[in-house]
Amino acid sequence: MSFIPARRTGRRVARRFTGRDLAVLGVLLGIPVLLDVAIVWGPTLASVVLSFTGWDGIGDIKWVGTQNYRNLFTNYPQFWPAARHNLLWLAFLGLVAAPFGLLLAVLIDRGVRFSRFYQSTLYMPVVLSLAVVGFIAQLVFSRDQGALNAVIGDTGSPTDWLGDPDLNIWMVLLAAAWRHTGYVMILYLAGLKAVDPSLKEAAAIDGAGEAQTFFRIVLPTLRPVNVIVGVITVIESLRAFDIVYAVNHGRNGLELLSVLVTDNIIGEASRIGFGSAIAVVLLAVSLGFVATYLVQELRGERNR
Amino acid sequence: MSRRSLLRGAAVGAGAVTLPALLTACGSGPGGDGKTITLGSNSSDPVPKKAFADAFAAYEAQSDGRKVKVNTVDHNTFQENISRYLQGKPDDVFMWFAGNRMQFFAEKGLLHDVSDNWQDYKGFSAALKAQSTGADGKQYLTPYYYYPWAVFHRRSLFADRGYQAPKTLDEYVALARQMKKDKLDPIAFCDKDGWPAMGTFDYIDMRTNGYEFHKSLMAGEVAWTDKRVREVFDTWRRLLPYCQQGANGRTWQEAANSLQKKEAGMAVFGLPHPGAQFPKGEQGDIDFFPFPVIDPEHGQDAVEAPIDGFLLAKKSKNLKNKKALESAKDLLKWLATGKAEDIYLKSDPNNIAVSDQADISAYSPLQKKAVELVSGAKQISQFLDRDTRPDFSSTVMIPAIQKFISDPDDVDGLVNDIERQKKTIFAAD
Repeated sequence: MSFIPARRTGRRVARRFTGRDLAVLGVLLGIPVLLDVAIVWGPTLASVVLSFTGWDGIGDIKWVGTQNYRNLFTNYPQFWPAARHNLLWLAFLGLVAAPFGLLLAVLIDRGVRFSRFYQSTLYMPVVLSLAVVGFIAQLVFSRDQGALNAVIGDTGSPTDWLGDPDLNIWMVLLAAAWRHTGYVMILYLAGLKAVDPSLKEAAAIDGAGEAQTFFRIVLPTLRPVNVIVGVITVIESLRAFDIVYAVNHGRNGLELLSVLVTDNIIGEASRIGFGSAIAVVLLAVSLGFVATYLVQELRGERNR
Repeated sequence: MSRRSLLRGAAVGAGAVTLPALLTACGSGPGGDGKTITLGSNSSDPVPKKAFADAFAAYEAQSDGRKVKVNTVDHNTFQENISRYLQGKPDDVFMWFAGNRMQFFAEKGLLHDVSDNWQDYKGFSAALKAQSTGADGKQYLTPYYYYPWAVFHRRSLFADRGYQAPKTLDEYVALARQMKKDKLDPIAFCDKDGWPAMGTFDYIDMRTNGYEFHKSLMAGEVAWTDKRVREVFDTWRRLLPYCQQGANGRTWQEAANSLQKKEAGMAVFGLPHPGAQFPKGEQGDIDFFPFPVIDPEHGQDAVEAPIDGFLLAKKSKNLKNKKALESAKDLLKWLATGKAEDIYLKSDPNNIAVSDQADISAYSPLQKKAVELVSGAKQISQFLDRDTRPDFSSTVMIPAIQKFISDPDDVDGLVNDIERQKKTIFAAD
């Protein structure tokens, strides 16, 4: 690090910015900061505060201390399944869907026949919203009228893909992964295009096999893409909502934290204090991932 | 382009983005001449939507220049947003349900008292008045129609196979067993939407323990761990093997469909449900019998018949205007007449009128039977989710009943779960 006296730095700044510049900068920085506080931090803090109240959205706000949290952890049967499902979602998208997307990207990048066709087919679900994916999933998996049971000829006692609480989460994960895989594939395809072919040639000359080249050379150079995919996967898993809501309002085996928040706050129930407590838990989990990511990034920055 | 002009441009741009939003926030509501009434409708399905449009058109035709402006919102969305709707900028008049679901909002001061209207209402029974009255003894609702719940079936199927409508639970089970032998799903069953199975719970409860018990259970006064509640679940468990499997994955439309296709023999439904799924030519084939007797002491006294009606929103800006309030009340007065109900029911024959001045002669045989069922009832219940607090029914009872359906053996764990959550929710006020 080069040594610059603090006084000099200060003078230089003062010389470069006139009063008008400062005013303009102040406004330009001020508006986003204000918006950020008003739209992001305000509601976040309000949720934290409200989570300690028993507010029903209409009457007076009454403080109840940590009662909502105690209630949540001990007395709300949907809570632990929801938390588990969120983690399962993360594991499935991260360990199954994302690697599968990478595999497809590699295959397509190597130039299989009809690669453009595969590329567009696999990417197609990404343009659909998860709610639409949910509706499609219902057409396929419905017990009485679904396509899947009709195709496999399961009519005697058909499998209840979406109603059986042990099964439906996997069906919905499959549907969600259908979309996620395409998303990940496109990102990796772009990354793979940027990998310098001479690296691969050098590896080949050194006698590296296909697998070795991929894991030792290509994957490490894809690091920036890996980070992006990781972040996207975490975000997708934690905010998962629309697909289960479209399928069965996130009940009966499809609970997710985001759904519980909605059920308590948006629905007729109006248990705003209680719902806020769930939201705070979700926030804490997200912050855990955000903090880990930031620490990693900053460390990487320093090592670079 | 210099750095400075870029900054200036950006600043102007930012202003251009935020300013209009700020300006529209200051916009004023619709100015009223006191003759146009806005009406929030949750009747988004085509049949009732058209029927209501007919009714309001008839009102406009007979009033001197008054207009009804209808804002229709998807049924479930309307329901889920009701509390924000009533606190925000509600329409003057809106559609909602009788019973606890209405009283909850009356207590919060979000509804207009219409007791003076009620002094002139004719043709409403005492039970109707009770269901339209808040905890403070004032009336808030103008009832319009209701639809009884019963066990529905196809007349032709029963005739072909020689089935007899059962009177008691044992006969009901025997009939179900026979249907199973005949390769039918005896009872069409669904609970994907979370509410349809509540009707079955209510009926087993009221037949076993009576209406008064149902009321105090819904009011949170009786513990769910009470042995009488366990008995309800035990009886229900006895029926489950005869119910269509996979109920939690089936919508009421799909269940009604299997009844229509003669794949299922019977179904506990409200009047509009099979009606909406049967093609026009087969409407006459729909028939029902009252839910069978479980305890002779309570017989078939209680009938579950949810009442829908019209209310005035306290927060409506327009209603601060005296003339507009008068117009809105005039609309309610008109809607409370038997004639107004006739106009509605003409194009939506899946409900029955609440007023005894309505013209029954035009009714279908099914509707006539429904009137008989309701008028013979000693008590009229609303529905589980209308007879108790909304926060309890939606966050506790829906998951609880779905859990019971997929895992009926752990009744102890279930009722303990319900009771613990009930305590915290009912203690919240």
